[in-house]
Amino acid sequence: MTNIAATAAPSAKTAAALPTRVVKGFVDRLVIIIPYLWLLFFFLVPFIIVFKISLSQTAISMPPYTPVLDFKDGVSGFFAGFRALNFDNYTWLTQDALYFNAYVTSLIIAGISTILTLIVGYPIAYGMARAPATIRPTLLMLVILPFWTSFLIRVYAWIGILKPEGLLNQVLLATGLISQPLVILNTYTAIFIGIVYSYLPFMVLPLYSSLEKMDYSLIEAAQDLGCPQTGAFWKITFPLSLPGVVAGCLLVFIPAVGEFVIPDLLGGSQTLMIGKTLWNEFFSNRDWPVSSAVAVILLLVLTIPIMFFQQAQAKAQEQGR
Amino acid sequence: MNATWSRFNITSIVLGFAFLYLPIVLLIVFSFNESKLVTVWGGFSTKWYVSLFHNQGLMDATWVTARVGVISATVATVLGTLAAITLTRYTRFRGRLLFSGMVFAPLVMPEVITGLSLLLLFVAVGLDRGFFTVTLAHITFTMCFVAVVVQSRLVSFDRSLEEAAMDLGAPPVKTFFQITLPVILPAIISGWMLAFTLSLDDLVIASFTSGPGATTLPMKIYSQVRLGVTPEINAACTILIAVVAVGVIIASIANKRREIQRQLDEQAAQRG
Repeated sequence: MTNIAATAAPSAKTAAALPTRVVKGFVDRLVIIIPYLWLLFFFLVPFIIVFKISLSQTAISMPPYTPVLDFKDGVSGFFAGFRALNFDNYTWLTQDALYFNAYVTSLIIAGISTILTLIVGYPIAYGMARAPATIRPTLLMLVILPFWTSFLIRVYAWIGILKPEGLLNQVLLATGLISQPLVILNTYTAIFIGIVYSYLPFMVLPLYSSLEKMDYSLIEAAQDLGCPQTGAFWKITFPLSLPGVVAGCLLVFIPAVGEFVIPDLLGGSQTLMIGKTLWNEFFSNRDWPVSSAVAVILLLVLTIPIMFFQQAQAKAQEQGR
Repeated sequence: MNATWSRFNITSIVLGFAFLYLPIVLLIVFSFNESKLVTVWGGFSTKWYVSLFHNQGLMDATWVTARVGVISATVATVLGTLAAITLTRYTRFRGRLLFSGMVFAPLVMPEVITGLSLLLLFVAVGLDRGFFTVTLAHITFTMCFVAVVVQSRLVSFDRSLEEAAMDLGAPPVKTFFQITLPVILPAIISGWMLAFTLSLDDLVIASFTSGPGATTLPMKIYSQVRLGVTPEINAACTILIAVVAVGVIIASIANKRREIQRQLDEQAAQRG
C-alpha cells in the first residue's frame, strides 16, 4: 500500500507525500494491531488460562480451584510451580470410562450426522445450482433465512414435533401407519434430526457455491460420449464439488462434536455427549479444573479438523483474489 | 442449463425447504393456540401474547438481550472490518498465520470451549460477571463472522479505484472513508446484522459469561423449556422470528436498491 502511494506520487510532490506516508504507516499499524490485540487477549490468552486451570486442584472456594503457576511468586516461584503441577484431572479423565465414552460417542454422532447432512444437503444444493439464474438469489435467501432465526428456537420447535404425543406421532397414528407412538424424543435419533436440521444451511451454502461455478457442458460432453447419468455424476460433478463437500462437512462436524443445546434438549438425560458432560461438570458439579481438562482434550481432538478448516479458508481466500 | 432443471431437482428443493420451514411454521401456528397443550389445537387465541407482556422476567431479559446485541454487534463490526482489511490488504507481517488462525478458528470452535475459556479469563482478571462480560464475550466471537463477511467483499474490490483517488492527492484515510467504505458498506451492514442475530441467539456463551442481573432472553427461554413446553414460549419465539424476519427483509430490499443504483451509476460513468 505504501509503495503505491510512493511510486504514484511524482517527484515534485515528494515533499507533500512524506507526511502522508508517515500517517499511513501509523494507520496501517493501528489497523493490524487493534483486532490482533483483541483476539490475543480474548481468544488466545483464555485458552492458556484453561490449560493452566486444568492442571490445578479442585478447592472449595471461589474461584473453586487452587492457583498454579502464578507470576506473583516471581520467576523462581514460577518454575518451582512446575513441580507442583497436578495431572490428576487428566488421569481422572482417562480412568473414568464416562469421559472416554462421551468423547467417542460425540465423534461418532458428529460423524454420522455430518454424513446425513451431506446426503440431505447435496440434492438441495444441486437443485439450487441448476435452477434458472433468475430465481437462484431467492433460493439462496430462503436457505439463509432459517439461519437468522434462533438456534434455540429451531431446536425447541422439534420437541413439539417429536414428543410421544407430538405432531409426528399424531399424524402417523391418524394415517394408521403405526399403532403405537414412536419414541423419538430423548434418543440419539432425535439428536441426529436436530443436528441435520440445525446445520443444514452450513452444508448447503458451500456445496452450492462450488456447484454453481461448475461448467455443466462437461456433463453434456460425457453424456454425448455415452456415459450414463449416474456415472457422469460420480465421475465429474461430485469430484468437482469436492472443495464444497470438504468445507461443508468441516463446518458441520467440528461444532457438532461439542454441541450442547441439541443433545440437552432433544437427547434427554440418557444420551452422552462431551459438550453436555463439560456443561454438567461446570454448572452442576462446579468442578472447574476437570471441566477445563475436558475442554483441553476436546480441543486437542478437534485440532486436526480445525487446521484443515483453516487451510481450506486460506485457500478460498487466495482463490478469491 | 435451464432445460436441465429436472423434476428431481425441483422435488429435492421443495422437500428440502419443507424440512427447513415446517418446524418454524408449526411453532408459529401453535403460538396462537387457545389450548395450553402445545400440540392439540383448541382454537385461535392471542392470550399467550398478552400473558407474555405481563411476564416481567421475560421482558427484562428481552431488554438485556437487545442492549447486549446492539453494543456487541457495533463494536464487533468495527473490529471485524479492521480484521478483514488486515487479512486482505496486509499479506506480510509478523504473526500473520496466528492472526488468520485466530480469525477463522472461532467460526467452528464449540461454544462450550469459547464460553468456558472466556469465563476463566474474566475470573482471572477479576471482572465481575454480568452485562459487561457478556458483551465482551459476544464481541469476541461475532467479530470473526463479521471479518469473514467483509473480507469476501474486499477480495472482489477493485483496487484501482483507491489508487486513482490517491494519485489525485487524497490522503489514505480520506480515500478509505470516501472510496473504500461506501463500496464495502453493504457487507459491513450484513456483518452487523449477522453479529446482532448471533448475539441474540447465543445461549451457551452467555450462560458461561453472564452473572446475576444479566439474564439474556435465550437463557430465560432455555430455563423455561427445561420446565416444559408452553405456548407462551412459542409466542416469545414467534416475536423473535418476526423481528429478525422484518430486519432481514428491510436489509435485503435496501441492499437491492443500492445494488441497482450502483449499476446505474457505473453505466452512466461508462457512457459519460
